[in-house]
Amino acid sequence: MIVGVPFRGLPTPQKKQIRKATDHGFVGLGMLATAFGVFAVGVLLFDVATDGVGVLNWDFLNSFPSRTAEEAGVKPALLGTLWVMAFTALFAVPVGIGAAIYLEEFAGKNLFTKIIEININNLAGVPSVVYGLLGLALFYYWFNLGPSIVTGALTLGLLILPIIIVAAREGLRSVPPSIREAAIALGSTKWQAVRFQVLPVAMPTVLTGVILALARAIGETAPLIVIGAFTSVFFVPTSPTDAFTVLPIQIYSWISRPLAGFQENAAAGMIVLLVVLLSMSSVAVALRHMLAKRRMW
Amino acid sequence: MINQIGNFRDALKLSNTRGGDSNHVASTLDRPDGYALEIQALNAFYGDFLAVRDITLPVSRKGVTAVIGPSGCGKSTLVRCLNRMHELAGGRVEGHVLFEGQDIYARGVDAVELRSRIGMVFQKPNPFPKSIFENLAFGLRINGYPRRELADIVERSLRRAALWDEVKDRLNKNALALSGGQQQRLCIARALAVEPELILMDEPCSALDPMATLAIEDLIRSLAEEYTIVIVTHNMQQAARVSDETVFLTMGEDRAGFMVEHGQTQQIFTNPADKRTEDYITGRFG
Repeated sequence: MIVGVPFRGLPTPQKKQIRKATDHGFVGLGMLATAFGVFAVGVLLFDVATDGVGVLNWDFLNSFPSRTAEEAGVKPALLGTLWVMAFTALFAVPVGIGAAIYLEEFAGKNLFTKIIEININNLAGVPSVVYGLLGLALFYYWFNLGPSIVTGALTLGLLILPIIIVAAREGLRSVPPSIREAAIALGSTKWQAVRFQVLPVAMPTVLTGVILALARAIGETAPLIVIGAFTSVFFVPTSPTDAFTVLPIQIYSWISRPLAGFQENAAAGMIVLLVVLLSMSSVAVALRHMLAKRRMW
Repeated sequence: MINQIGNFRDALKLSNTRGGDSNHVASTLDRPDGYALEIQALNAFYGDFLAVRDITLPVSRKGVTAVIGPSGCGKSTLVRCLNRMHELAGGRVEGHVLFEGQDIYARGVDAVELRSRIGMVFQKPNPFPKSIFENLAFGLRINGYPRRELADIVERSLRRAALWDEVKDRLNKNALALSGGQQQRLCIARALAVEPELILMDEPCSALDPMATLAIEDLIRSLAEEYTIVIVTHNMQQAARVSDETVFLTMGEDRAGFMVEHGQTQQIFTNPADKRTEDYITGRFG
């Protein structure tokens, strides 16, 4: 019991109860929302794992598609995915980070850059099939690249470019201006300040954005179908100009077959896709960890 | 060393009459060892806003010149004009700043090279998030110092900034692990490493505790024997303790800062020529 100071803000016991109840209620709602997400992912993983794990073995990874479910494998699709992702990253990461650096560090704040900024943010929301049409017109026909890995990679690259730019700008913006000032005041050029002081600090955030973007690209089907990726490929791609298919397309083609056994193949394909995705993320996490340790931010 | 306050005051009277030929005034002042900096009829803008009006001020070579005045009167803006940092924040400058006789705002002057000759220490310690060694080595590398000299210069600069004994065993540790006062001395060492001819300090102690402040002030005093230092401070006691000359700025109705008085520190604090300076120093406003 506190004495001496008259405390005039004391709410009535009833009000107090309502406040407490709202508080608890909100925590409960939040937990429910989280649980729903975890539950959904859990069910998905469990379902996919139980269906697919029986099929998953070395033969499955090392075989070509087949008319019989038992003999079918993901080799061309897996390699196709790896090829396409490598070239997508090769194209989109430098261009995206470069654009972000220009917009964030060098471009003035005027109407022109504002329009570009709005455009980039909007592009991040454009449906992927639209990018497929762009890729078809631009890379397939105009550049005459055909239904090749490069066409697919460039198309997916365009698709994830806005995501990378937005994330990289976010990373650059989070570096305190005092770091830039310190470098500039020592007689560094703007580029030296960005290259040696700002970018290293921003890199972990930038990498996170890159991974999110690549994760989006790895699951895309629509734009690749539009640019003419095959559903079933019976050879292994050996050069960037080869035709290709990717895992999501292969999974889709299996899942749409009524014959027994193909459903299990599709599930196993999903496991392979998830493993590829997870290993990509873990490389990025490791890289980020290493950078953060070395840069000591 | 400084007994030409009369001259200064004459110069000020002239320079405060707007539109007067202030370039002429500064150049007629004759000092045996010349000036490190001569600010002539300087106006600084942010967009259309005039932040600093018509400053004409000679800065003596070697020793400390303190810039004092109420907040918002353009002290920081003024020093940022002296190494062309003002223009980076979208600012605009009119007038001239002669650095060792050369106008830094003349056409063809390379601002990047200029900044490597004029060191700057900021309000908040801003070490790079790297090792102590790397903090100093960065400036040396970008300014083309040979690799084999780096370690020597780093040690010399840290010694000069009275930090060597505290950090010599952990040069490869993160600079952000240092205390605020140590970080600020590191920033001073970083500025010293590239051998500047002039050091600008923008309220270098405002984020530090009294002990750290004292250490920095001692350092400033010892640096004053070799360097020309211009220090902005909102702390009048600090200006009185560390500076040889003091400049008092205040702002007008239009919020543009202008110079009221410039003279030997002792004279400014004991016998200011202007009523406004006296009011500020005695704490009647500001």
